[in-house]
Amino acid sequence: MKAKFLIPLLLFIVLVVFLAIGLNRDPHEVPSPLIDKPAPAFEIAQLSEAHQSFSPASMKGQVWILNVWASWCVACREEHPVLVDLAKSKMAPIIGLDYKDQREDALAMLAKQGNPYVLSAFDANGRVGIDYGVYGVPETYVIDKAGVIRFKHIGPLTMELLNKKIYPLISDLQKP
Amino acid sequence: MKQILAIALCMLSFGFSFAKDAAPLADDPVTEQRLISISEEMRCLVCQNESLAGSRSDLANDLRREIRTLIQEGKSDEQIRSFMVERYGDFVLYRPPVKPTTWLLWIGPFVILLIGILGLLTYLRRRNSAVTTIALSDDDNKKIDALLNNKNEREAS
Repeated sequence: MKAKFLIPLLLFIVLVVFLAIGLNRDPHEVPSPLIDKPAPAFEIAQLSEAHQSFSPASMKGQVWILNVWASWCVACREEHPVLVDLAKSKMAPIIGLDYKDQREDALAMLAKQGNPYVLSAFDANGRVGIDYGVYGVPETYVIDKAGVIRFKHIGPLTMELLNKKIYPLISDLQKP
Repeated sequence: MKQILAIALCMLSFGFSFAKDAAPLADDPVTEQRLISISEEMRCLVCQNESLAGSRSDLANDLRREIRTLIQEGKSDEQIRSFMVERYGDFVLYRPPVKPTTWLLWIGPFVILLIGILGLLTYLRRRNSAVTTIALSDDDNKKIDALLNNKNEREAS
């Protein structure tokens, strides 16, 4: 009989648990519909070699990382040392997508903070960003040998994320 | 009186000049109208509490430009919606489509309502059967009448 009075309390606890989970989730982390889909094709000029172009098709056959960045983005500066580490590990080539940026500013940032990218593509008007569903720079994609997006991270990369998720994923994808 | 009229005229002319400032969107009113009706139903991903039509963020500007081009290319509303969903997911739609992954979202509230109604009904039925009706004899009724009359007389006096 007494147990009956506990029912509202239990319901309340369940509600609190749900709210706590809901409040601790980042509403900006929207699941991307691009996962397991082929990386959208594009062909645009490179950042440092403006007369040369880059297209994801040229990366077929290897696992690679696409990192969307910009010199105006504060979180990208935070993320930069992690990218430099990732580049040093030589696990996979990192291609940058310089999103809605000024050429001089972007080059200056790379000169100052080091350049982890094999090359950066220069997306001046953000048109490529739209195809990749970019809405919060920095964003990072892991793309497999067949050119399929296998992982996407929104926001700055961290060492923890590299060790826990990205390194294991890359070595998994590199297996023949 | 003349002064008031002058002030009123000044205010009116301000109103007109503002109205003109807000207009430059409509170089092609039909396109703009469709743009608004499509983007009002979409969420801006940068500032998630705003619609794509109302947001002033850079990305929203770019996406509106993109939608405008799609309209001018003669794409249907449905094609434009799927263009957005392919890139940003169902999350951009204020009215998510009904499909297995969103069934819970659509019918969940009704399921909870149904559970509530069933719970209430069983509770009421159980309570009803718990109340025992006692048959009153004529004697009891007389006693009750006497008591009630007694009370009424006392109140009257």
